[in-house]
Amino acid sequence: MSIREGQLVLRDGSVFEGELIGAVSAGGVSSGEVVFHTGLTGYQEVMSDPSYAGQIVTFTTPHIGNYGTTPLDNEATKVHARGVIVREEARRESNWRSDLSLDSYLTKMGVSGIAGIDTRRLTRILRDTGAMPGAFGSADHATLLAAAESEAGTSGVQLVEQVTTKSAYVVGSGHYKVVAYDFGIKSTILRCLSEIATVTVVPASTSADEVSALAPHGVFLSNGPGDPEAVVGAPVHIRSLVDSGMPVFGICLGHQLLTLALGGSTFKLPFGHHGANHPVRNLRTGSVEITSQNHNFCVDANSLSGIADITHTNLNDLTNEGMSVRDARAFSVQYHPEAGPGPHDSRYLFNEFRQLMEAK
Amino acid sequence: MPRRNDLKSILIIGSGPIVIGQACEFDYSGTQACRVLKEEGYRVILANSNPATIMTDPDFADRTYIEPLTPEVLEAIIEREKPDAVLPTLGGQTALNLAMALFEKGVVGVPGKPELIGANAEAIATAEDREKFKIAMLEIGLKVPQSGVARSVDEAEVVRQEIGLPLIVRPAYILGGRGMGIAHTPEEFRQVVATGISASPIGEVLIEKSIAGWKEYELEVMRDRADNCVIICSIENVDPMGVHTGDSITVAPAMTLSDVEYQEMRDAAFACIRRVGVETGGSNVQFAVNPENGDQFVIEMNPRVSRSSALASKATGFPIAKIAAKLAVGYTLDEISNDITKKTPASFEPTIDYVVTKIPRWAFEKFPGTSGILGTQMQSVGEAMSIGRTFTESLQKALRSLENGRMGLNCDPAELNYRSMSDEEVLAAIGVPTPERLFLVGEAIFRGISLERIYKNCKIDHWFLDQMLMIVEERRSLSNTTMSALTVRQWRRAKRLGFSDAQLAFIWSVEENDVRSARIAAGVIPTYKAVDTCSAEFAAQTPYHYSTYEDENEVRPSAKQRVIILGSGPNRIGQGIEFDYCCVHASFALRDAGFETVMINCNPETVSTDYDTSDRLYFEPLTREDVMNVIQAEIKASSTPPRVIVSLGGQTPLKLANYIPAELIAGTSPASIDLAEDRKKWSALCEELKISQPPGGTALSFDEARAIASRIGYPVLVRPSYVLGGRAMQIVHDEAHLQRAMSELAAAGTLGREGGLSAERPVLIDRFLDDATEIDVDAIRDASGEVLIGGVMEHVEEAGVHSGDSACAIPPPTLEPWVIEAVESYTRVIANALDVKGLLNVQFAVAGSTVYVIEANPRASRTVPFVAKATGVPLAKVASRVMLGATLAELRAEGLLKPPTNFGHVSVKEAVLPFNRFPGVDTALGPEMRSTGEVMGIDSTFGRAFIKAESAAGTTLPTSGMVFLSLNDKDKPSGLVVAKRLRELGLGIAATSGTADYLSRFGYPVDRVVGKVSEQSLGSIADDAVNLLERGEIEFVINTPRGRGAHSDGEAIRKAANIWRVSSVTTINAALAAVQGLAEQKLDPLTVKSLQEYHGR
Repeated sequence: MSIREGQLVLRDGSVFEGELIGAVSAGGVSSGEVVFHTGLTGYQEVMSDPSYAGQIVTFTTPHIGNYGTTPLDNEATKVHARGVIVREEARRESNWRSDLSLDSYLTKMGVSGIAGIDTRRLTRILRDTGAMPGAFGSADHATLLAAAESEAGTSGVQLVEQVTTKSAYVVGSGHYKVVAYDFGIKSTILRCLSEIATVTVVPASTSADEVSALAPHGVFLSNGPGDPEAVVGAPVHIRSLVDSGMPVFGICLGHQLLTLALGGSTFKLPFGHHGANHPVRNLRTGSVEITSQNHNFCVDANSLSGIADITHTNLNDLTNEGMSVRDARAFSVQYHPEAGPGPHDSRYLFNEFRQLMEAK
Repeated sequence: MPRRNDLKSILIIGSGPIVIGQACEFDYSGTQACRVLKEEGYRVILANSNPATIMTDPDFADRTYIEPLTPEVLEAIIEREKPDAVLPTLGGQTALNLAMALFEKGVVGVPGKPELIGANAEAIATAEDREKFKIAMLEIGLKVPQSGVARSVDEAEVVRQEIGLPLIVRPAYILGGRGMGIAHTPEEFRQVVATGISASPIGEVLIEKSIAGWKEYELEVMRDRADNCVIICSIENVDPMGVHTGDSITVAPAMTLSDVEYQEMRDAAFACIRRVGVETGGSNVQFAVNPENGDQFVIEMNPRVSRSSALASKATGFPIAKIAAKLAVGYTLDEISNDITKKTPASFEPTIDYVVTKIPRWAFEKFPGTSGILGTQMQSVGEAMSIGRTFTESLQKALRSLENGRMGLNCDPAELNYRSMSDEEVLAAIGVPTPERLFLVGEAIFRGISLERIYKNCKIDHWFLDQMLMIVEERRSLSNTTMSALTVRQWRRAKRLGFSDAQLAFIWSVEENDVRSARIAAGVIPTYKAVDTCSAEFAAQTPYHYSTYEDENEVRPSAKQRVIILGSGPNRIGQGIEFDYCCVHASFALRDAGFETVMINCNPETVSTDYDTSDRLYFEPLTREDVMNVIQAEIKASSTPPRVIVSLGGQTPLKLANYIPAELIAGTSPASIDLAEDRKKWSALCEELKISQPPGGTALSFDEARAIASRIGYPVLVRPSYVLGGRAMQIVHDEAHLQRAMSELAAAGTLGREGGLSAERPVLIDRFLDDATEIDVDAIRDASGEVLIGGVMEHVEEAGVHSGDSACAIPPPTLEPWVIEAVESYTRVIANALDVKGLLNVQFAVAGSTVYVIEANPRASRTVPFVAKATGVPLAKVASRVMLGATLAELRAEGLLKPPTNFGHVSVKEAVLPFNRFPGVDTALGPEMRSTGEVMGIDSTFGRAFIKAESAAGTTLPTSGMVFLSLNDKDKPSGLVVAKRLRELGLGIAATSGTADYLSRFGYPVDRVVGKVSEQSLGSIADDAVNLLERGEIEFVINTPRGRGAHSDGEAIRKAANIWRVSSVTTINAALAAVQGLAEQKLDPLTVKSLQEYHGR
């Protein structure tokens, strides 16, 4: 296997030398907002998570690809991340579940990556200056730097429409009827929901009336990529569903959109939360949950005052992680209780959603 | 839930001496616990018999009891101190077993008595009782290997018929897998069951389906009283199931588990800790995973901090023991802050951006008669850990950290050894787990044998094999190029795969130094990254570094004067915790004095590698390359050059002294060290000083050795230079034996092994002094020339028994005043002549009216911590200050150096030997050190202190029943005294016919005369000693060996005593001391007293 030398260039001019992996990118350039994920496992779930649309994911864990890939671990049918940055890509995978090496998977999914990178140096830069546009590939330095500089980033950028389903579809055969807004929904969420419900997944642009017409027991607001403020339309429909007394459960972008729907606000974190080890306190029980996280934008807890009760708080930076809407049957969390990848500590929330629908 | 205010005082139980399966990791955890609980304002009472620990330093607890760790002694301590709680989860299996014994006696854990915190009796029983554990796991839906319990061989047979072979047999309540085994045949099965039942304190074994060859994992779990659970670290074993985890090469984090599988395992670990009922603290859960289908089995759970948790702490930067201590007194994880980030809470799961590899170190060479095959019973004596950004880098660093003469995964002179093997032999060899296996796997890959075939034989996961293949491929490509043709990219690639300069030098047939120069000229130097618990997500406040070849270096500049302390590397026999103690003390003392201390070490078990111990920690191999790299990085980080301490970590740093610029070395100069080490220079010096030495010389060949021996006369003592622990040291009685000894040493030399003979390392041949008394002196000399005599120790065993295996006492119980005067004066003269600045240890032997000097070592000795505990003078702290220029007078004025405590007490140090791990080994003591650890007994007289030390060392002295005596002719007169005392104590005596005749002739008829073991085999009907031991009719064995007879009667008796766990002593002096102590104890029972009271401070 011949080595394809390549470079990663950040908008601030930082350069990293490495070797290209996966698919060959068009024009020798892959660009996007560079973020880092600190999970030790779950690279395939991360890469295929639609919430990474528009972003290049850096894995802080040096060895990526050791256990290969399997269709079972896909969070979506395609990889939405713009690229991956790793220290070391396994050339031979070893795990009974695997049927394709990571490199072949990336190639098959049409995604490029760069390996051999001092990912710790990169992470320290991103930690100090915040998530930053960057570009990597076989192109020359000037081209890569220009690509990084012209990269839009994620603030204000409409990414949901790239990842949401074009038409509604149904999964699961559970007792309850749930309509799930797809802002970039992960397969693991659908698996968790379908254990309790028959889920109709609808496009992000679906109106409240269309949803009500399906007469669901509850509505789910999914995760998704980018800036919630850029998701036009959805908050209005969410507001009217909440006002109608519909049980609503939101995760991640769903949590942010519910906030916006109620008049709250969001802001962008410096480098976001991307990992599987974030401690979150459940304020109702006092206990600590280790959570899976993936978001750059965050709900401003102060903006919830009078609207919702804060139910969960991040113990690392005390940012908001969950809320329960006052005088309504709606709640949401910023983190990923479904895991995939990550700990199962918070799966109880799906049960709470079931109980909410039961009480109807 | 904050700190518990209902508790005022807490008793912490330590783990006692260093033994196989329980090493300094429990000093690390116990020290953290003591520190935390004191900081929290509790009155801390500590019980531990091991004087070489940091935790038993008198300032770490309010009351420190260096007393035997037996239920009776702990009961006395509890009676005296009345603690509110007992914390048993930080002192290893020893502490847990003691807690259970105390609970059963109704002394703790019951209403009105001290509470058990950390884990209660019910939880301990659930985790430790194999059958209870299995039922509990099945109850919560976890899979366990099919199994059954037995209390007898017959019961076991029933289980065998149910489950079928192969079977694994584990005794209940054991540590480090002692008495555990795998059986493939019915015969093996019965044997393993019998051993297991006798190893278990409750006479019970769990028999389970063997799943050898499955992948093995461990998760380190913590739980607080609000039921928050976190995983601190996942560990994957490179060696599959079948090798004890303490003997396995392990890697963190897990490398070949997908997230789906990992989360399933995490859920199971939480379910396990909750079901077992460990309310607070850390536990270790072990899993087996079927590589074919991912089936997960729970194997076992330790409801306490463990060797693995120490490893996990060092691997992640998350201090499990420290947090466990806080959780035990009521805090919850979210109330404790993460030490490293200072900003985030401890209620999280560390994530790491590097790979950690741990490799055990064994000492089979010291135990002839052992198979050298690894199994379910732990046999290693130490371990090295390394950190690299990738597995290949980490693996190769770990291999060179072992200091076994290996430079990485082969590519070194030792690999030439494998070249004579056929492919079939190599493949067969990798099917058997041994210390050499990984190197042989490397060899098999190098030969181009397919990874599939290799996997079939060794069951090491394909991923690991492929990583090793990458190393081999790189080696091939490097050997196809030359050093001068190497591009920067190629240099970097080789270093990133973990190749050491020494390996590259071997590949290119050049000197290591040339590689170093060329590499530095190419600008390829290591970067230092930080261990920060969070993969750089948050800024780290704690400089805990490892080297790797990357873009960015994270070492922060500093203007302060820095002192680099070179540690002692992996524990081995002869170089263990005592040296770590000295390094830690140096760091503490120098920090207090305003220096910035920098520790370099690679032993994850130690206090020295706690990120709290020094201002900076470099977790690095102690090789020339790695140490020089750190020194150079530190030189760059400051305008003032650092000073380097090489004399506290044993031989490891001393061997590096010559590579370090002399002006950087603090304390005694390398020239002086060499003067003491170099036999010729040293002899000349002694002659000049008019100090007698046993006659002798140095030899590079058998001919030279023979010439010396014939000049000085046999027996002679043969020993290699530059070794600790008497490696390969022998007493040689004739020429044939001398030839054998010399060829063994020459063979070791070609392999670059420790103790090998080479031109730079000649063999020392000395007249062996029969019947001499050995004396050790530890002293400190400062630059002004003042010499402080730290302690004069008289050995209990005579010359010929390695000082590390001999008991010794302070003050000397039998030495005449003139002898003490002489050794003190000689020590002063030698210290001045060597221009010592720091510690000096001198060994003397007194024969008749001559005091001989055996050797002088201007460095820390194994006895420094013992002397400090005996006298209350912190020798290592004082010495480290002296090395950096302080005078003793200044330290006196400062208050660091206080006069020794008045000797109202006698302190005895006793060695602890690992014979119970090696049943086929002769237990007679000799010039090669074999003890793994030490204990201390303190009391008002020598006899009393001695029996305390014996009891602490695990020797059960008899109070009733029959003692077996078998003495060599030389010892028979003293044997009369022993027999007299035994009679007075009301004990029976059995003896071999020779000893019996002698004793009865002088008025002490014996109760039972037994035949010779050798006669028994000829069909004699008389019982022999082995029969009596088997039947449990003997309580204690006194057997003194008759020189070096190969398969003598004595050896058979000693082995039998070892197998049937009957305590024995093998020297007459130890027997005399024991009976004296027993007699005194009978008149006036032993009591307990704390170190603080002895020291009067």
